[in-house]
Amino acid sequence: MKRMGIVCCCVLTLVLLAFPLLAQQSPAAASPATPAASASTPEVPPAVRERLNQLEQKVTAAQSSADNAWMLVSAALVLMMTGPGLALFYGGLVRQKNVLAIMMQSFALMALITVLWALVGYSLCFGGSGPFIGNFQMALLRGVGALPNADYAGTIPQTTFMVYQLMFAIITPALITGATAERMKFSGTVLFMTLWFLVVYAPMAHMVWGKGGFLNASLGGRFPTLDFAGGTVVHVTSGVSALVCALYLGKRVGYPKQPMPPHSLVLSFTGACLLWVGWFGFNAGSALASNGLASSAFVATHFGAAAAAIGWCVAEWFKNGRASALGAISGAVAGLVAITPAAGFVGPRSALAIGFLAGIFCFWMVTKFKAIFGYDDALDAFGVHGAGGTIGALLTGMCARAVINPIFGEGKAVGGLDGHWGQVGNQLVGVLIAWALALVGTVIILKVVDVTTGLRVTEEQEVAGLDITQHGEEGYNLES
Amino acid sequence: MMKIEAIIQPSRFESVKEALLEIGVEGMTVTEVRGHGRQKGHTEVYRGREYTVDLLPKVKLEVVLPDQLVNRAVEAILKSAKTGKIGDGKIFLSRVEEAIRIRNEERGESAL
Repeated sequence: MKRMGIVCCCVLTLVLLAFPLLAQQSPAAASPATPAASASTPEVPPAVRERLNQLEQKVTAAQSSADNAWMLVSAALVLMMTGPGLALFYGGLVRQKNVLAIMMQSFALMALITVLWALVGYSLCFGGSGPFIGNFQMALLRGVGALPNADYAGTIPQTTFMVYQLMFAIITPALITGATAERMKFSGTVLFMTLWFLVVYAPMAHMVWGKGGFLNASLGGRFPTLDFAGGTVVHVTSGVSALVCALYLGKRVGYPKQPMPPHSLVLSFTGACLLWVGWFGFNAGSALASNGLASSAFVATHFGAAAAAIGWCVAEWFKNGRASALGAISGAVAGLVAITPAAGFVGPRSALAIGFLAGIFCFWMVTKFKAIFGYDDALDAFGVHGAGGTIGALLTGMCARAVINPIFGEGKAVGGLDGHWGQVGNQLVGVLIAWALALVGTVIILKVVDVTTGLRVTEEQEVAGLDITQHGEEGYNLES
Repeated sequence: MMKIEAIIQPSRFESVKEALLEIGVEGMTVTEVRGHGRQKGHTEVYRGREYTVDLLPKVKLEVVLPDQLVNRAVEAILKSAKTGKIGDGKIFLSRVEEAIRIRNEERGESAL
């Protein structure tokens, strides 16, 4: 109880410290004067006007097809990150007896969240313009069709925007399964993920990306938080919830005495490479158009991942005298996580710096921090996503540039490198809200699931493995 | 009749097999096994967690031979399996009382 008090005090102090920073508005250059209303135009013959109208429609249609093509590909790429990307990455890291169970959790979320998304999810994330959560206006996808939703993406059909955002809602809870791996019941996982999506993901996505959201940077938020592709919405929420789950569930039987090495780093390696490629859809797709910003985010994503792989390997080389394959792929994922909020705001040099720092920081979190506190975050969902997401969100506030993305208006400073250091404070508020929502929401959900379906398998089931006990099958029947 | 059990480095298996075939050994049984003698294992590190792997992969090769072939076979194995490093394995010899071919119930050395 005492400890909780201290933690609360610390959080409060941080928030209070952040306020003065936020108060400083950017030293905005005067916005360019709007051109004077055009002088009275000469009469245009009706035939010419007709041709001009047709031309305009065709130009709009052409842009829409280009943007739509890229966004549909991006949506597919983001789905590929969960299955097979994350499923393979996590699948290789568990022991042989749990490989199907962890893959099935990712796959189940592909189905479960999709149905929830159609019922209420999309509407709760993007309906209405409330500060904290959407509404039921677009429940059952009412009114979501080929016409664009001008608030979010004016050039693509709203169906494309809707299905693209769905893919983010799928991978986010799937990341948490890395912390609960090898010991959580399948029934408990399904119930937990359903509640978590509604209670933690939907409000956070609305606050950051939804119109009028409390943290929205371009559609009237109170604390404009820069989160291009989901550093807070996806990685901080899932990473922090992962930590809470690991603490609540307790350690796996035999941890840390019994060796639990990854059963196939070859699977993990393949999965990590698919994640890297899929991340181009995740980050560059978040431009919501096939434009220069998408290219910029694509480049930042790639550079961040590369620098982080090197950062992790260098740290490992110093520590153990060797660079490992698992280290390289873990570093790349950490870099991709950290560059996620920054991708559409920073240039390539900042991306290299953010990636390199994230690689070293996450290496320290996974090897040292976890060992000091002794929690069993089985596949390091917190150490990579929670830690990488947090450091990435804060560094975004420092490195964001108006030349890359003038999100606050032409000529207005965006991040610290532009001289608007108050943005780091805004980022801190965003991160703290994500942490708080994930902590409180996850604890409540875990309690509910604990007393209904139950969370953890029995000790005998855990020793026998989740594949047999939860699903009645085995991953490898090599002799059959 | 003697049985030779040789536990060798997996990397030497192909040359041992060839050496035995050369001196006229016609059949053998091979198993992939794991174990250690005086050579202890190695450590592996996964995300900072160290594991000691003390059972290393080896190949166990079993052949039953008529007495007059045994010495030459042992020499062939010694020559072809040796790398000179720790972990090269061992050879065990034991007497075999009877051999029976299942197909036609032949017995003794002619069943080999």
